[in-house]
Amino acid sequence: MNFSQALRSYVILLVIAVLALVLLLPATMKVDFGKQSVCQTVPSFLSSVCQGVYPLADSAPLTLTRPPLKISLFGSTFARDLEYRYGLDVRGGSEVTLVADMSNISLSQRASALESAKEVISRRINLYGLSESTVTTAVSNDSYRLIAAIPGITESSQITSLIGSTAQLGFREYVQPATASAIASPSSMLVSDFVPTDLTGKDLQEVTAQFDSSTNLPVISLQFTEEGKKKFAQITKRNIGKPLAIFLDEYPISAPNVQSEITDGRAQISGNFTTEEAKSLSATLNAGALPAPISVLSQRTVEASLGDSSIHNSIRAGVIGITLVIVFLIALYGLKGVLAAVVVVFYAILTLTMYKLIPLTLTLPGIAGFLLSVGMSVDTIILVFERLREEETQGHSTVSRLISKSFGRAWGSIKDANAVTLVSAFVLANPFSWVFLNTSGMVRGFALTLALGIVLNLFTGMLVLRVLLTLFYKPKNV
Amino acid sequence: MTTRRFPIISKYYWIYFVISLLIIIPGVISLALFRLRPGIDFVGGTILEFSTATSSAHLQKSDIGEIIGPNPEIVGFDATGPNLYSLHLPALSDESRGSLIATLSAHVQGYKERSLSSVGPLIGQELIQKTAVAMILAAFLIAVYLAFRFQSFEYGVSAVVATLHDVVVLLGVFSLLGHFWGVQVDTLFVTALLTIASFSVHDTVVVYDRIRERKKKVLREPMSETIDASVFETLTRSLRNSLAVVIVLLSLFLLGGETTRWFAFALLIGTITGTYSSTFVALPLLIVWEKIRARGKRV
Repeated sequence: MNFSQALRSYVILLVIAVLALVLLLPATMKVDFGKQSVCQTVPSFLSSVCQGVYPLADSAPLTLTRPPLKISLFGSTFARDLEYRYGLDVRGGSEVTLVADMSNISLSQRASALESAKEVISRRINLYGLSESTVTTAVSNDSYRLIAAIPGITESSQITSLIGSTAQLGFREYVQPATASAIASPSSMLVSDFVPTDLTGKDLQEVTAQFDSSTNLPVISLQFTEEGKKKFAQITKRNIGKPLAIFLDEYPISAPNVQSEITDGRAQISGNFTTEEAKSLSATLNAGALPAPISVLSQRTVEASLGDSSIHNSIRAGVIGITLVIVFLIALYGLKGVLAAVVVVFYAILTLTMYKLIPLTLTLPGIAGFLLSVGMSVDTIILVFERLREEETQGHSTVSRLISKSFGRAWGSIKDANAVTLVSAFVLANPFSWVFLNTSGMVRGFALTLALGIVLNLFTGMLVLRVLLTLFYKPKNV
Repeated sequence: MTTRRFPIISKYYWIYFVISLLIIIPGVISLALFRLRPGIDFVGGTILEFSTATSSAHLQKSDIGEIIGPNPEIVGFDATGPNLYSLHLPALSDESRGSLIATLSAHVQGYKERSLSSVGPLIGQELIQKTAVAMILAAFLIAVYLAFRFQSFEYGVSAVVATLHDVVVLLGVFSLLGHFWGVQVDTLFVTALLTIASFSVHDTVVVYDRIRERKKKVLREPMSETIDASVFETLTRSLRNSLAVVIVLLSLFLLGGETTRWFAFALLIGTITGTYSSTFVALPLLIVWEKIRARGKRV
């Protein structure tokens, strides 16, 4: 990287920094440059001086509003409200208490039924993208409850309907009523005319929300397991020309006519869904059926589980810690240390912006993980500086050669060290939702934070630091 | 490159094994005898819902704290409606539950119990098992990756053993803390464990890289000397980096709130043992591998 390339990158980085800072601003801000409010902020002994010299008169405070981010590109939309998502521990959220109807389940089975209902509900919440939620069981003498705590106060009716539905998917055959002489017209069919088959939600392998290629409407596409494939082939074979109804719990979703025997184990439900409905229905079906009917008992807002003071203290401790690290860097490395401090601050700003853009839920472990990742970014800087110190004794002809040699050698260890950390982040995040690994929001949230830290650390440590060194660093003996 | 270096690892490798064992053994004994003291996240607790007389004043968490004293500890207290409260406590024995209710009905005006339920754990058996499976899988993948990158499986295995060392130290320390000072492990502890494991491998790889680089640069140097030289070359960086992390964590430990104190402490221990194990566990292991191989050749 020569000087002019570095200068160009520097301008781009400045633009990124300004954009990131704008994204970090709160949604609305009161700004007041009037005389009274400005002079209140200066120390009291200067107050009269300020009153005398301040050029602007009093004015009404100005409220600045930052619009939400919305970018439409190639038909897909990227929209963010640019607010932090806070976890239950930091900001509280809503708590939904569900009660399971265990009347059809034998006494000895009830505890395990509640446990599996808990698993299903947490899977649904996670599949719905509400990370960092918790579900616990609560048992008193004869009532079996689940308490779902969801961070933030969202459109709760949608959530309760999502987590509360039993999600028993069933395929039902049409049985001609004895009184009717021919197959009734679709409008005169009754729900009671359909009898359940042995094909159920248990035979599903995967459910996805898709768009029908001809109508462009959202549909739900089903893929059966091997056994389900056989059952489905038999059912379609004996029902050619007759309707086959698809029921969710006790409600028919659609009742298409069977055209021919289907042997590939695929089916599609089209039922006038909106895209949102199709997505949430497929999430519900993927998460599995509840072992017992569940109803919403109560819903309320809960306060942050950590007190305000605790959060406040942690943030203050973090700011003090980072400041001390910056002092430490400057004490060790002088001018280079100042550049390192700029890199650390840039890293922190970028990370916080990404929290808003992705968005990631800010929890206390998340904040602590962020502080630790600042430590890791310092590691990259120190690695580069130690190499720089070694290379300086080798007598390179130009600054850019010295810097490029140092970064080249530091990259060897930085690459492998970060690659292994990415491996652990990948396994813990479990992006393919393998059943033998975690699908819990907590562990996944941690893994995402870790992965984000690594990527940004490579960017700031390898690029930003290099640009700054190329522009501002003047070694003595070159 | 011909100056004789202090044989910090190659000659004294057994000393570091002894040091590590001295730290690990008490922890392992404590783990076997006392295990860890699980917090409410692991064992669940009790939720007591009660109502008070319509005329009574609004209750705060501190009011309840005054009534029931320090034991049992109040996990959460919320007003769920007018004169309706929900009190979240750790799991209670029948006896202490009885005495708690007696205390409450004696001191709270118009106390009436509405429901008493036992709450299941936030972190179930399944979550712990799956996280353990994930860690084992990650360790295996990391060992394979390092074996591939450093052209020898010994590097991968030694790095994983060094990480395991740190995890065991941390578990042991918290087992002792739990037994003697009643420190509980919770969700944050699980997070700390995961963080420390990644930090430890990260640090080890940096030291390995030095050895790899030196092997390319200085030909025909015995492995033991390469390792000693690399230690001296990376020690400054290791100490400086750890110091930077320790500064952040120390301020979190000293100035952060009560709730994060033990979390910061866990990370602090992990950072220190992670730095130690990169140099003084992973490298001595490499020396041992080397000796075993040399013996195999001689026979």
